[in-house]
Amino acid sequence: MEFNILSLIYLLASITFIVGLKMLSHPTSARKGNAVAAAGMTLAIFGTIFLYNEEGETLGNYGWIFAGLAVGSVVGTLAARRVKMTAMPEMVSLFNGMGGACAALISIVEFDHLMQLLDGPGVLILMLADEPGALLGLVIIILLGLIIGSVSFAGSMVAWGKLNGSLRDFSFRGQQAFNIGLLFLIVGLAVYLAVALPANALLLFYVIFALSILYGLFFVFPIGGADMPVVISLLNSFTGVAAACGGFLYDNKVMLTGGILVGAAGTLLTILMCKAMNRSLTNVLIGAFGGNTATAAAGQSQGAYKEISLSDAAVVMSYANKVMIVPGYGLAVAQAQHACHELEKLLTSKGVEVGYAIHPVAGRMPGHMNVLLAEADVSYEKLLEMEQANEEFPTTDVVLILGANDVVNPAAKADPGSPIYGMPILDVELAKHVIVNKRSMKPGYAGIENDLFFRPKTSMLFGDAKKVLQDLITEVKNS
Amino acid sequence: MSSVFNWIHQHQAIIYIVVLMIFVGIEVIGSVPSVLHTPLMSGANAIHGVVIIGAIIVMGKAEADNYLALALGFLAVVLGTLNVVGGFVVTDRMLEMFSKKKKSS
Repeated sequence: MEFNILSLIYLLASITFIVGLKMLSHPTSARKGNAVAAAGMTLAIFGTIFLYNEEGETLGNYGWIFAGLAVGSVVGTLAARRVKMTAMPEMVSLFNGMGGACAALISIVEFDHLMQLLDGPGVLILMLADEPGALLGLVIIILLGLIIGSVSFAGSMVAWGKLNGSLRDFSFRGQQAFNIGLLFLIVGLAVYLAVALPANALLLFYVIFALSILYGLFFVFPIGGADMPVVISLLNSFTGVAAACGGFLYDNKVMLTGGILVGAAGTLLTILMCKAMNRSLTNVLIGAFGGNTATAAAGQSQGAYKEISLSDAAVVMSYANKVMIVPGYGLAVAQAQHACHELEKLLTSKGVEVGYAIHPVAGRMPGHMNVLLAEADVSYEKLLEMEQANEEFPTTDVVLILGANDVVNPAAKADPGSPIYGMPILDVELAKHVIVNKRSMKPGYAGIENDLFFRPKTSMLFGDAKKVLQDLITEVKNS
Repeated sequence: MSSVFNWIHQHQAIIYIVVLMIFVGIEVIGSVPSVLHTPLMSGANAIHGVVIIGAIIVMGKAEADNYLALALGFLAVVLGTLNVVGGFVVTDRMLEMFSKKKKSS
């Protein structure tokens, strides 16, 4: 009876996942959708704990289970509550890695368990004799869960490290060949292990585990930081598939539906993100950003740029009719969204029309800037999407670029040799004057020079975005 | 080869679920605006935390003297919970920003 109730709970949870995901993809219902999915998840977790039953045996070790749940909930909530809005992308990557690791651990325990059963009195073998292929299927599922889970875990950790700046891009000659070789080796060993089940199966299993971790590391190492959102989304769908393997293993429908749902939606989301940047997935994965950066703009990088003083910038902006602010990652790093909103209000009170031009991939993740500016209470109508903003630029007097770089790089339109060629950009050059705030002349995350900084219309305003904005506010007040 | 067909036959229901879920997953988020990419990814991230159920089963079935299973199972439960709870909370925080924005507009 209890187990039948659990089936119903799983069905309900599966439905909440689908409905939740559907609601998450519409701005008005997104928050409710998240809550719906969370409710379904809670139901499924507690249903499993109290009602799960396998051939008459219920689950034990309640102390351990609740301790684990408590530790995970407290740490997870604290981490998620405390994290700064700017560090959100890293956090998602970190949590994704945890899920991958969880899937891999399940596979490790289950394989160990399976090996013990096979060594045992042979009950299992008798049981399996009725079902040819069952053992093979079981081993394949366990291995799939292990490999995908480990790759997702290791890859997410690298993505996390890259986004918080503790890991640099790293690649070596022939890395693609090395990666492909490694992948073939893993698949080859896994097939051998599954088909032959040799005496040293357990050792081989751990070798596959280690190689998968290694592959995860080398898979993400060469990919540039600007592509991390795409990679995280891809690894996200990997973890979904790994979770689905668990569903196969335990014949558990909710794990299966949840996992596959995320696997499919995550893959599509990855492709949509690539489209927003006008790049192909293969392009991202093979890492065009990593390889040919030197060729693109090396010749022009020696040009002269001009600086503008704070007071001049303040005057130019105070007497403009229309100012467009282009926020980028520099604004996020400096936590300057509130100062930015201050400046916007001040300028508006002086009769200047102020808008924000939001590139779909500004910051480190699609939608990142919208979230940040919303946090600072910037009103919705002031945020212009790329197409709208590009229509506004010809009538704009001053464009203030705050720590954005690649999304305003004209090379994306003009230079077919540039790694970001073809990415839609904000045409800030259509405006009368462009002020660029950056910390230094160092190239942006894609690692390429930006010609815009050397154009006659452009003047540079160096410094930390928050400091510069605060100083600008003071200057504007005085002018 | 026949064992493969056999295996497929025995797991028909599951294979149907997989195929249909792939289409549902694609269909459901097909028209998402790019502003919502990040929250959606984060929400999906929380949903695949459903792997926690596997971890609970592993933990619950572990024999009291099997320390490997106990230790790894416990770790799996902690990591899985992190994924679920952290994932949903982070997503909610992101979306909170959006709803605040709606009120002020």
